[in-house]
Amino acid sequence: MKKIEAIIKPFKLEDVKEALALLGIEGMTVSEVRGFGRQKGHTEIYRVSEYTVDFLPKIKIEIVVADSLSERACEAVVQAAKTGKIGDRKVFISPVEQAIRIRTEETDEAAI
Amino acid sequence: MKMSKLFTRTHRTLSTLLVVVGVTLSTVVAQTEPPPPAANATISPAPTLEQRVAGLEAYLTNTDPAATLKTVKDKDGNPAIPPGLTTAAIGTPGPGANAWQMTSAALVLFMTLPGLFLFYGGLVRRKNVLSVIGQCYLIAGLVTILWWVCGYSFAFSHGSPFLGHLSFAFLKGVTSAPNTDYSYWVSHNVFSIYQLMFAIITPALIIGAIAERMKFSAILVFMTLWMFVVYFPLAHMVWGIDGFMNGVWNSHAGIKAMDFAGGTVVHMSSGWSALILCLLLGKRIGFGRENMAPHSLVFCAIGTGMLWVGWYGFNAGSALGADEIAANAFTTTTLATAVASFVWPMTEYVLRGKPSILGFCSGAVAGLVVITPACGFVNSTGAVIIGVFAALIPFFFIVKVKNFFGYDDALDTFGVHAVGGTLGALLTGFLADPTVNGNIAKGTNAASANGLADLVANGTAWLEQLKAIGLTLTLAVVGTFVIGSLVKLTIGLRAAPELEAGGLDVNEHGEEGYILEA
Repeated sequence: MKKIEAIIKPFKLEDVKEALALLGIEGMTVSEVRGFGRQKGHTEIYRVSEYTVDFLPKIKIEIVVADSLSERACEAVVQAAKTGKIGDRKVFISPVEQAIRIRTEETDEAAI
Repeated sequence: MKMSKLFTRTHRTLSTLLVVVGVTLSTVVAQTEPPPPAANATISPAPTLEQRVAGLEAYLTNTDPAATLKTVKDKDGNPAIPPGLTTAAIGTPGPGANAWQMTSAALVLFMTLPGLFLFYGGLVRRKNVLSVIGQCYLIAGLVTILWWVCGYSFAFSHGSPFLGHLSFAFLKGVTSAPNTDYSYWVSHNVFSIYQLMFAIITPALIIGAIAERMKFSAILVFMTLWMFVVYFPLAHMVWGIDGFMNGVWNSHAGIKAMDFAGGTVVHMSSGWSALILCLLLGKRIGFGRENMAPHSLVFCAIGTGMLWVGWYGFNAGSALGADEIAANAFTTTTLATAVASFVWPMTEYVLRGKPSILGFCSGAVAGLVVITPACGFVNSTGAVIIGVFAALIPFFFIVKVKNFFGYDDALDTFGVHAVGGTLGALLTGFLADPTVNGNIAKGTNAASANGLADLVANGTAWLEQLKAIGLTLTLAVVGTFVIGSLVKLTIGLRAAPELEAGGLDVNEHGEEGYILEA
C-alpha cells in the first residue's frame, strides 16, 4: 500500500476528486492547510502599514491506495491539479505498513 | 389655569389658520371672536393682523417672529415689545423645525452608535473589537450625564467669551420653548440634545489614536477631565452666543471666525488631542513588527456608510431649521464627500496600482471632515474643490509624514481629523460665499457689526480662520498634555503588557467579540 499526500491549490480540489473517482478511488481525507514554497506570500497594505502574508491557503489530500494503483493515482492527481503556474505545489508518496478498518477490523487492502 | 391656557392657545391657532385662508374671511373671523375679557384690570394689547401674519412668515424664513412686535423702545433705546403684546408664534416651537432637529439629533447619535464604533472596531485586531465598542458606549453615557449636570450650561449659557455660566445646570429652564439666542423655532431642549450628540462624538473620535492599549479606567478619567478643559470651553467660544470665536452670531467676537458644524470644535480638537495622547501613551507592543491588519474591513465599510448618512444631521442639521442654508449644507456635504471618496482610492490606483476599500472609506470620512466647517458657507463649486483637497492632503500626510515621525496613531485620528479639520477651517476662509448664507453677507446682522461680512467680501476671512486654528490647536494640545500627564502620573494610561498582548476584550471586559465555535 502507498499513501499519497497531495498539496494543491484549493480551487483544484473538485477536479482532483473527479479524476480519482474515475480510477475508483472514492475515499479521501481533505484538510485546509497553510504554507509556502517558491511561490512565497503576498503583500497587503492598509493605508500605510504593509504586511507580508507568508502562508497561503492550500488543500491537503491524503489517500491510501494499493501498490498497483499508486502510480496511476499520482498521475491523475498531478494532471488534475496542474495549472502550470507557480504555486501548484507537490505530491508525496510513502509506503504504508498496515491499515485497519475500525468497523469490521478488516486489514490491509481489504480495509482501504 | 392650564385649561384656560390651552383654550387660549387652541383658539389663537385656529383663528390664525383661518386668517391665512384668505383676507376676505378675516372680517368674518373677527366677528366670531368673543369680546376680550372685561374682568381684567389691564387689557393686553392685541396684535394686528399684519403682526400675526409676519409671525407666520418668520416661520417660513426661519427668522424672528417677534421682530414686527418690537414697536416701542426700552430704556436703552433698543427696540422692544410693548408689555403683554404677543402672538401664537411667540414662545412656540415650529413643528417642522423640531421634526428636522430631532431627526438630525438621532442621525448624529447614529454616527457614534454604531457608525464610529463599526468604523474603528473593524480597523482593530479581533481581540480588541469589544473594547472599542465599549469605549464608544462609555462616552455616550458619561458625556450625557456631564451635559445634564453642567456641560450644556458651560457651553451654551451666557457667560464670559470663554465659558458659559451655570444658569442651565441640570437643564434648568431648558424647556420645549425655543431659546431665541440659537433658534427661533427649535425647542430649547431639542437644541440641547442635538448639541449633546456633538459632545458625544468628539471624545469618541480620540479613541482611534489610543486604540488597543489604553486602559478603561484611564479613558474614563481622561475623557471626563477633557470635556471640562477642552470641549466645553471650545464649544462656548465657537458656538456660544457670546463666544470669543463666534464671528457669525456674536457682534463682539474677538476672533471673527466661521465654523458651521464643528471643524474646530469637533475635528481639530479631537484630532490634535489624539496626537498628544498617543505620544504620551506610546506605541502598541509589536508596532511595526507584528501584523496589525484590520480584522474586518467589512465592518469598517459599513461604519463609513453610516457616518456618511449620519453626517447629514451633523452638517445640514447645524442650520437649526430645514431652511435654505440647510439645503445648501446638504448639497455641499454630498459633493465634497463623494469627490473625496473617489479621489483618495484613485490616487492609490495611480501610485500603487490598486484602489483599496480602506481608501474609499478614508476618502469619504476625510471629505466629511473637511466640508464640516464650510458646508453652510460655501457653494457647490467650493465643495468640489474641498473634496479634492480633502482626499489629497490627508492621504499624503498619512502615507509620507506619519511614517517619517513614526508615532502610533492606530486608526489615523490625527491624520484624518486634525489634518482634515485644520484644512477645512482654513479653506472655509477662502471659499465662503455670502450669496449662499445671508448671515455672513453685509446687512443687519452680527457678522456685519463685527466686521466678518467685510472680511468675507474682500477675501481676507482666512486670516481670522488662522487665528481660530491657532487658539483651538493650542487649547487642545496644552489641555491634553496636562490632563494626559496627570492621568499618566496617577493611575497610569496603559493596560499592563500581558493584558495588552492577550487583548483588551478578554482582559478588561471579560468577553470575546467572536466565539465562532459556539
